Amino acid sequence: MPQPQVMIVGGGLAGMAAAMKLAELDCQVGLMSLLPMKRSHSCCAQGGINSVNDLTRQLGDKEWKHFDDTVYGGDFLQHQPPVKEMADWAPKIIDLMDRLGVTFNRTAEGFRDQRRFGGTLFKRTAFAGATTGQQLLYALDEQVRRWMMGGHIRIYDQWDFLGPVLDEQGRSRGCVAQDLVTMEIRAFPCDALILAVGGCGLIFGRSTNSMACTGAAASRLFQAGAKYANGEFIQVHPSAIPGSDKLRLISESARGEGGRVWVPRKPQDSRHPNEIPENERYYFLEERYPQYGNLVPRDIGTREIFDVCVNEGLSVEQDQMCVYLDVSHLPREMLDRKLGGILEIYEKFQGVDPRDEAMKIFPGVHYSMGGLWCDYERRADGGLVEGSPSDQQTNIPGVYAIGECDYQFHGANRLGANSLVACIYSGLHVAPGVVHDAENLDRPAAEQAASLFDRQRARHEADYKALLARDDTGPNPYHVHQQLGDVMTRSATVVRRNDALDDAYAKVADLERQAAECAVFDRGTWANHHVSFVRALGDMFPLAKTILKGARQRDECRGAHYKPDFAMPPVDADDPAERRRQAHAWCERFRENNRRWLKTTVAELDAEGEPQLSYEEVDTSLVEPRPRLYGLVGGDVIEEVWKEEQAAASTAS
Amino acid sequence: MSKQTPNIPNPPTDARKPARQFLVRVLRQDGPGQKPYWQQFRLDYEANLNCITVLQRIAELRTTTDGQKVAPVVWECNCLEEICGACTMVINGRVRQACTALVDQLLADRPEEIELRPMTKFPVMRDLAVDRSRIFTALEKVKAWIPVDSYLDMGSGPRQSQEVQQLAYLYSKCMSCGCCLEACPQYLKIELERLPDETDEQFEDRLREAHMRSFMGAHAIAQVDLFNANPVGEMTASERLDALTAEGGIQVCGNAQNCVKVCPKEIPLTTAIARAGRKATVHRLKKWFDR
Repeated sequence: MPQPQVMIVGGGLAGMAAAMKLAELDCQVGLMSLLPMKRSHSCCAQGGINSVNDLTRQLGDKEWKHFDDTVYGGDFLQHQPPVKEMADWAPKIIDLMDRLGVTFNRTAEGFRDQRRFGGTLFKRTAFAGATTGQQLLYALDEQVRRWMMGGHIRIYDQWDFLGPVLDEQGRSRGCVAQDLVTMEIRAFPCDALILAVGGCGLIFGRSTNSMACTGAAASRLFQAGAKYANGEFIQVHPSAIPGSDKLRLISESARGEGGRVWVPRKPQDSRHPNEIPENERYYFLEERYPQYGNLVPRDIGTREIFDVCVNEGLSVEQDQMCVYLDVSHLPREMLDRKLGGILEIYEKFQGVDPRDEAMKIFPGVHYSMGGLWCDYERRADGGLVEGSPSDQQTNIPGVYAIGECDYQFHGANRLGANSLVACIYSGLHVAPGVVHDAENLDRPAAEQAASLFDRQRARHEADYKALLARDDTGPNPYHVHQQLGDVMTRSATVVRRNDALDDAYAKVADLERQAAECAVFDRGTWANHHVSFVRALGDMFPLAKTILKGARQRDECRGAHYKPDFAMPPVDADDPAERRRQAHAWCERFRENNRRWLKTTVAELDAEGEPQLSYEEVDTSLVEPRPRLYGLVGGDVIEEVWKEEQAAASTAS
Repeated sequence: MSKQTPNIPNPPTDARKPARQFLVRVLRQDGPGQKPYWQQFRLDYEANLNCITVLQRIAELRTTTDGQKVAPVVWECNCLEEICGACTMVINGRVRQACTALVDQLLADRPEEIELRPMTKFPVMRDLAVDRSRIFTALEKVKAWIPVDSYLDMGSGPRQSQEVQQLAYLYSKCMSCGCCLEACPQYLKIELERLPDETDEQFEDRLREAHMRSFMGAHAIAQVDLFNANPVGEMTASERLDALTAEGGIQVCGNAQNCVKVCPKEIPLTTAIARAGRKATVHRLKKWFDR
């Protein structure tokens, strides 16, 4: 058996974790990336990486609780076995990163320090200042460079993935890509193709994502027949700094280290925040969620900030919606040591030192929970079969998806500091299965007929030539992109309504037509980044439509997907008996809703390029779905009634 | 919740805006080895612009001050938070990242015009995008990694004091942007021309060879110091010191100390160079005595 040839697309955490592990398993690895890997979007991850640790264990924590927090946080939309496996692996992953030299913050005794993050009551999050993603990315970049020396990994940076090469049976035998400097289009035969291509924030115009996060590569696989799952679940992060080019994230770790979110009780109080006395500040998260406080999960935090600004009219400013995120009461030395990276960002872009006064923040599009559909093989005990070729494999045989571009781990809402662990876990875990699958191939990719690759290469070459041949009289592609971002942000972020979604779908379909004939401003055949942008713009539409259609059809509230018209009934009666009756009705509706909607949305593109949706059962065999309340004031009666009813049901059965 | 739909608003406009419009001059170049030329653009003033938005507006606008329709400027960028290092260029004569170069500040210092040029120590690919692969080759040369036995589970890494971690973190923030190299008088541009019968691979190998022999620069010297300070990295310290004292190593440093002044991450590069220099000297002497 010759060495398996693997091509990985994407040089972020997931792609590089897979690359180094596959190199260790003696594969010949190609690693393709839009940018040098050190510049990948993973470097923007700030707050940390989650796992059970020696400290939390002694307070009663275990892997099972990390798993439970993750599925509860995700509103039970994940298949549970892969999540359980990830939680089981998480401590080993952080140990490995520690061995690779990641500069995790330390306690006075020299152990790794941990902080608390949203959606848990344990301090599970290891961190390296407030630039944890950067530090993890660099450690993996270093390992990849080490394997380059031995010739195990070959880098193709500044290459744009254009599509897979499928044989007559529909199995992937390689991919086609374009060098963004020479503009050469080339086919790469490979036995396994791994997509680690990240999120799609640019579909929303401005987001916390980097400029490479167009979603184009995932969309190209989708257009080649891959399934895309749970696309409508888009995380809007509670705290970002609005900017004209992007929304810059201020990590949840600011709250994890004691930062507090508030607004003046008096609407648009014109006093300087430091002048506003404690009793005139409304710490709305702490008041509404006394148990979790400022560390409620992101979907809830975002909706509450939105509610305070929009519905209660308490935005700090009149013409710009924002709330205060305050760390100015915390010791400066601690802030510098643990949060330096994010405080510098605020200072550099806003010109205000957050150590001295409260930051002004507002929610911004941040993360795609949905992504390429992929598989797993379940063990009887609920974990995963080690080294199974099904692991992370998409419905296209020979193509795998890992990292943010897959849909496996976060359900309807991702918990903070779970993305880094999911990226590295899926990258490492996919490797043995990839090798097993490649070993059982009838004929390696290198021996496939050259005509198979030539045909695909020629098709992409023709598409590229057609783009270059376009004149510049069509719509301005940058304006089309801005309009797409505006429509998507207005209709498919914090609050969703069916009439607005219908309207948005029609607008997006119209913009798609405009994009198909938009102007091309650069006909150069050398380092033409513009043509690459225009191509990516076109590829945003299948995903945008999938997001809108998924949101339109899902008539419920779950995690990040919030439709007030289908919200659960309030439990607001004063009379205790009536409250209990309301709570019973609430629980009944909750069960009914889960029967209808606790399902994975699976999108496929039809011949016209329209997404068609179907729904798959979710494996919730390990933890039974339960109401997601996070100790909401007034929610206690629901919890009480829910527990009674569950107890009665289990006695009856 | 009410019927209102979410919007993520723009920052408010500043009443004290310096001008309604402003000028931007960009040094363009169509490809490697080609003649550079200037183009000027006039943009509407908006509050809180940075040089990324400036380049985006130019791409949209397409028209120079003399009415010529031009292709969008090519430049590299990704994170826009000054953590990926991609958008490094020379702005008003100073090497820095375009994302943190705020228009209000630039115009306050020099109201007439903003000037954007590519870095001068790296070959221009096109316009403001340069080929910085030499930076990564230097990291390969000094073996800037921890040589772990395997990626299997072997427990945690070594315990460390807060002080050691804080020091390492300072150096591990290096984003390989190249500012220190642009400012260094000893770091000279290497630009090879492709031979007519050369394949991609042959050209890359020849370029890599040239990069390996040339001066590694402050960033790589600091990385030697970082990895040799790690308890496991220290086990292979002599390999890194060999690289540090080979051709293109620390001896080329002329101690101009420009590097530390331009580092956007405020890495104490000269401290690292001094420390690495002492260790390199000891290493050289030791090797000499051991002969």
